[in-house]
Amino acid sequence: MAHDSLYAQPEAPAERAATHAWWRAALTRWDTLIVVVLAAVVLAASLSIDGFGSTGNAKFLLLDVVPIALIALPLTLIIITGEIDLSVASTLGLCSAVMGQLWLTGLPLELIVVLIVLLGGLLGAVNGVFVTRFGLPALAVTIGTLAAYRGLAYVVLGDRAVADFPYDWTAASLSTVAGGPLPWAMVMVLLLACAFGIVLHATPFGRTLYAMGNNAEAASFAGVSVATAKFWLFVASGAVSGVAGVYWTLRFASARADNAFALELAVVAAVLLGGVSIFGGRGALLGVLAGVLLLGTVRNALQLADVSSEALDVVTGSLLVASVVVPNVVGMARSWLRRRRRPAPA
Amino acid sequence: MKTGTTPVAAGQQATPAAEPGAGNGRTRFAQRLWVVREIGIAAALGLLVLVTAIDSPGFLSAPSIRDVLLGASILVILAVGQTVVIVSRNIDLSVGSVLGLVAFATGKLFLAAPGTPIVLAILAGIGLGAVCGAINGVLVAAARVPALVITLGMLYVYRGVDHLWAKGQQINAADMPASFLSMGTSTLLGIPVLALIALAVVLVAGTYLHSYRSGRELYAIGSEPSAARLSGIPVGRRVFGAFVVCGGMAGLAGALYAARYGTIDATVGTGLELEVVAAAVVGGVAIFGGSGSVYGAALGALLLTTIGTSLAVLRIDPFWQQAVVGGLILAAIGLDRLLALRVANRLKGRSSHGA
Repeated sequence: MAHDSLYAQPEAPAERAATHAWWRAALTRWDTLIVVVLAAVVLAASLSIDGFGSTGNAKFLLLDVVPIALIALPLTLIIITGEIDLSVASTLGLCSAVMGQLWLTGLPLELIVVLIVLLGGLLGAVNGVFVTRFGLPALAVTIGTLAAYRGLAYVVLGDRAVADFPYDWTAASLSTVAGGPLPWAMVMVLLLACAFGIVLHATPFGRTLYAMGNNAEAASFAGVSVATAKFWLFVASGAVSGVAGVYWTLRFASARADNAFALELAVVAAVLLGGVSIFGGRGALLGVLAGVLLLGTVRNALQLADVSSEALDVVTGSLLVASVVVPNVVGMARSWLRRRRRPAPA
Repeated sequence: MKTGTTPVAAGQQATPAAEPGAGNGRTRFAQRLWVVREIGIAAALGLLVLVTAIDSPGFLSAPSIRDVLLGASILVILAVGQTVVIVSRNIDLSVGSVLGLVAFATGKLFLAAPGTPIVLAILAGIGLGAVCGAINGVLVAAARVPALVITLGMLYVYRGVDHLWAKGQQINAADMPASFLSMGTSTLLGIPVLALIALAVVLVAGTYLHSYRSGRELYAIGSEPSAARLSGIPVGRRVFGAFVVCGGMAGLAGALYAARYGTIDATVGTGLELEVVAAAVVGGVAIFGGSGSVYGAALGALLLTTIGTSLAVLRIDPFWQQAVVGGLILAAIGLDRLLALRVANRLKGRSSHGA
């Protein structure tokens, strides 16, 4: 067929091979950008805001971000597989309420902590069963359990607060490494982050999580047990929320049913700001940690600068919107320019 | 035209000749199932009212019914707007913040110009809400960014703007004209005005989604956005429109909130967004778009509100309310899944018969 060549594509994609060196790819990655922005914000704040750089302030900044940082770890993995868990803050609240109630019954606190983490895992398993066994959408399921778990927290503890936890324990939740700015709780977060980071980025299991997020059907045809993996991620999310519940209760020395109310949206915002795609398949743990710290730092700095704490919502929201809109708009503008530079095919 | 006449082309493109009867039958069956779904919620609502009324007949007295309707109206209006967005496979998490912002703006409007006609104030509220919705819509439709992320961000932005504007100020009933406040509680022929407004909103939105071309196109977009785009539906424009409608409804709800409660600060409507989504989901609106109706969503909102009142009347610990609501959401999506499986099986059975 002679005239076949008329329809063949004459252009070869030669130009794109060499231009992207590895260092350029690393520099233009989202998590690198977030780390740089975080460093810039920390630098600017310590130069311009009195007291920002002090040991005490650094300590409280880190203590404040611990719950969000904890919950963000498993949530990152869940969102990378294309699911979501909105019940995390309610899980934290229910765990806190049950912890208070168990303390009233006089159990030793060591045992209570173990039971609470197990309870968190169980609550996560309920989500996992609904999503993976019954095939229900995680967004709807976890909105349901968001209401249900918070409701159960009120059933357990009502509007009472349990506050008489032993001083040793509450003080331990605030203690720092060698009296410096780094809380032990943050060390725990970093250790967990290493564990989650190794699972996500350095094991075959972690690679399959990305595959699921890109195309669950293809992943299951490739022999990945999607349901089992997602189930255990929901269990991990619940258990870590339980740990966060223990921390929250001890740090504020108060077990209440409304602890961490509406925190779920802040955690999701931090994860997305860290460069994880809400559709799954893309994101890295380093970016998420930087995202969590960035939100915490901006909040802390503006509070020190006497900006009312509620007005900070504008900053949080704008950061989140910009983090998804800007890359998209830049991408669209680039492809538009490329199309304009090249003469349109006849 | 040009290929259809040649025998080769006709053979290659043998599209299955759709018998009109079979297609209609399938659609009718699917439709009947979804009507069953709405009847299901209505039945659940009826059962709840019945049980409560048997326990304490006072529950069916006119003032008590009026209270329930008043309480549900604002949630119904929000759920209707949310449904328009959800059927197009989007979501608007910013409605609680928009409601709060508009409620505060309405109060401010009356502080600045006490003589403002009520209708004008409500229209201004709808307008401000629609502007907020348009911002969401532009970001979602033009920047092609997932609605969940955008509206989560805008939830914080609108709330923050509200706080910056209010600076801790609280607007009280005394700052607003009595005629406006009385609209929040007055009745027409024994039915609360707020409930009548909500009913009108439900009917208008229901007719639009069911019978108008652009309304049907929202369902097409929600079922399969790429197919909708290929079939020539202006996806971006329709999605933008859906967000404007949802924002406008949140604005209307905000103005009515001001009339109903009279006390407004910058925290009004906090956390309402998930309750609204829950009402739609309980009402059978699929969270990933393509199916559900505003009638179902409105019934869902009514059911969630009635549960609160019923539990109180039945002297059940009010702390159980939220747990019951959560269980209801899980039951509702479980039921939807079962119905969807049945529809799928039935359709599969039909087509294998036909082949």
